[in-house]
Amino acid sequence: MPTTVIEIADVSKRFVIRKDKSLKERVVNFGRSNLHKDDFWALRNVSMEISCGTTVGLIGPNGSGKSTLLKMIGGIMQPTNGSIRLRGRIAALLELGAGFHPDLTGRENVYLNAAILGITREQTNRYFDAIVDFSGIEQFIDTQVKFYSSGMYVRLAFAVAVHVDPDILLVDEVLAVGDEPFQRKCMDRIRGFQHEGRTIVIVSHSLDQVAELCDRAIALESGVVIADGAPREALRALRFEFEHTRQEEIERQRVTADVAAEPERPRAVVERIELLSLGRPLEGALEVGSPVTVRLHVRADEPLRDWILGFGIETATGQSIYGTNTRLLGESLAPLSGRASYDFSIPAATIGEGSYTLHGAIAGHTGAEIHRLIEGATLSLRADGRETGFVHLGLTFSPGTS
Amino acid sequence: MTVANLPASLGFLLLEGIVWAGPRPGSTPRAANREQMTNESQVRAARLATEPLRAAGPRQGFVRGTVQSLRDIVGQGELLGLLVRRELKARYKDSMFGFFWSLAKPLAMLLVYYIAIGKFLGAESSPRNPGGIPSFAVFIFTGLTAWQLFSDIIVSGTGSIVANGGLIKKVYLPREVFPLSVIGAALFNFGIQLAVLIGATIASRQFPTGERWWYFVLSLAVMIVFSTALALLLAAVNVYLRDVQYLVEILIMIFFWASPVIYSWALVDAHLDGILQDVYLANPMTQVVMGFQRTFWVAGDGQPYPSQLLQSLWITLGASVLLLWVSQRVFSRLQANFAQEL
Repeated sequence: MPTTVIEIADVSKRFVIRKDKSLKERVVNFGRSNLHKDDFWALRNVSMEISCGTTVGLIGPNGSGKSTLLKMIGGIMQPTNGSIRLRGRIAALLELGAGFHPDLTGRENVYLNAAILGITREQTNRYFDAIVDFSGIEQFIDTQVKFYSSGMYVRLAFAVAVHVDPDILLVDEVLAVGDEPFQRKCMDRIRGFQHEGRTIVIVSHSLDQVAELCDRAIALESGVVIADGAPREALRALRFEFEHTRQEEIERQRVTADVAAEPERPRAVVERIELLSLGRPLEGALEVGSPVTVRLHVRADEPLRDWILGFGIETATGQSIYGTNTRLLGESLAPLSGRASYDFSIPAATIGEGSYTLHGAIAGHTGAEIHRLIEGATLSLRADGRETGFVHLGLTFSPGTS
Repeated sequence: MTVANLPASLGFLLLEGIVWAGPRPGSTPRAANREQMTNESQVRAARLATEPLRAAGPRQGFVRGTVQSLRDIVGQGELLGLLVRRELKARYKDSMFGFFWSLAKPLAMLLVYYIAIGKFLGAESSPRNPGGIPSFAVFIFTGLTAWQLFSDIIVSGTGSIVANGGLIKKVYLPREVFPLSVIGAALFNFGIQLAVLIGATIASRQFPTGERWWYFVLSLAVMIVFSTALALLLAAVNVYLRDVQYLVEILIMIFFWASPVIYSWALVDAHLDGILQDVYLANPMTQVVMGFQRTFWVAGDGQPYPSQLLQSLWITLGASVLLLWVSQRVFSRLQANFAQEL
């Protein structure tokens, strides 16, 4: 049984948004002060336990309470109700270069920022060369930070940040900074932290990053946990949530806008996706390399003219590996009213072994999406285990002939 | 390019049915390869298992909270030093004369008061005006030095939490370090002024000696404790009510004239008596300024001064320590919501 390092018990957080800040306004509004207050529950009855050595991703749409939860774990904010208890040293990387002062040199800021992150002076002395080396800006280390480019700034800040020595590390959207080689260094460092058994809590909007890094993902929506478990399931719940929100938005636009004003978005849906093998519905797994047909059933409640139909294939974590549509294929579709089905015929499914999901989508002539059916079908592929990855190459091996 | 787009070899994924090849050395301790966990991670897990759970953030509670707060602040000693240096370095960075400017203001004030009040209004004692204040320049500079420290601490202390809002919203630190770092910077400037003051007493051959230094030590202690208490309180209240910082600036000006910095106690003694005099003397800064004058204003030995100044200073010190404790508790209660109010 692994040790619990973060225990969040029934935590709620209420923000009171006051609209009057000055003494005068408060006096003037005294007695009707409730009119000038807004209650907002950022989190409601959130409970979870995070055990030692795990990497947890907090995901959710904007304003769902992820960052608030992270700040409360870090002790920056206090919960309104409930309690948060911790074990071990904690460090929060909520903002890179917190406490950097533009008038101080890089060197001075390294020491200051390190102290803010809880690194002792002695440790900083020891790590100083490593920090400068990691940041890759040796020649500017004694220049005032205000003359740095934004890239140099975050690189130095990140270099300090990765030298923290916590048991629990809180990270808020700061993983992807700098250019590509620097990003790789950052990711390697995060993996190093994982390897050292540190507990990491990441808030991220990059779902692929969460899928790749985390052991567990927790999806929040309007301050409530909607999914908690393996990243795959949480991401799936969140993607459905996003799609739902998007559909609602399109629906709302339809209601508010004059129907004639938006002819490029007639009412139409992809009803379902069917997979056919040799003319028969596909049952069970498909042999890698065999033909398969993707049949999209479309229903147009309003006439569709000059439209586009497409589908895509995603991995279980939602990473897109394939996609096409009629425009890319150079096909033009006849106007449609009512129901019809369309076939995309794949001569040989050279996709790697595994389980994938398919989505289908309809778009108007401007390319604005009208409807998308996510996870409309599941495609499982079976192979002989000679390859891994998302593609099937069917290669052979032999010694070189030179 | 986002991290997600990095070559797939970085990702050690366990997909349904697919074992993703090539976990790099030092790869993630995912559920699948827990058995490969390093020694370090086992040591860490074992250590954490023995630790008790503690609440996130600052502790509540009156007495236990005080002990905890003190321990936290002492633990941040290094950071405090760096913040003080940041205040000082950033203040006169890029200016040619640097720290000279921190002296310029009191010297200019000295000049203005010396000429306008000492000469024109005739406050200085001279052969024509024997009833005036002897060694007027030293007298004024003594008061100004004391007052400057007080007003520095209060004014910049009040704004210190709001000024560091960006940091407070992103990192958890004992928030007391921000007012305290301002106090550190103010003390540094005070040190420079004090050196000038002592230089002046040497130049005028009136260097204070012997037991009169006790007044200085006691007054300084009163001032630091008292102004720290006020700065903590005001800094916290200012987060919720930004008017406080403007109010403070005005009050500082009023209290400047309510303390015997420019005029001597002899003049007050002549105009106030009974309860009004007691009220005037109850002002901690009145006592502090007079304490400073008892030390540095050697020429003023013949002048009258309140008979029980030393006792009053001791009492004020006790009251200030109490006030500091209450202020710290109020501060620690209010700081819980700093991050969302800033």
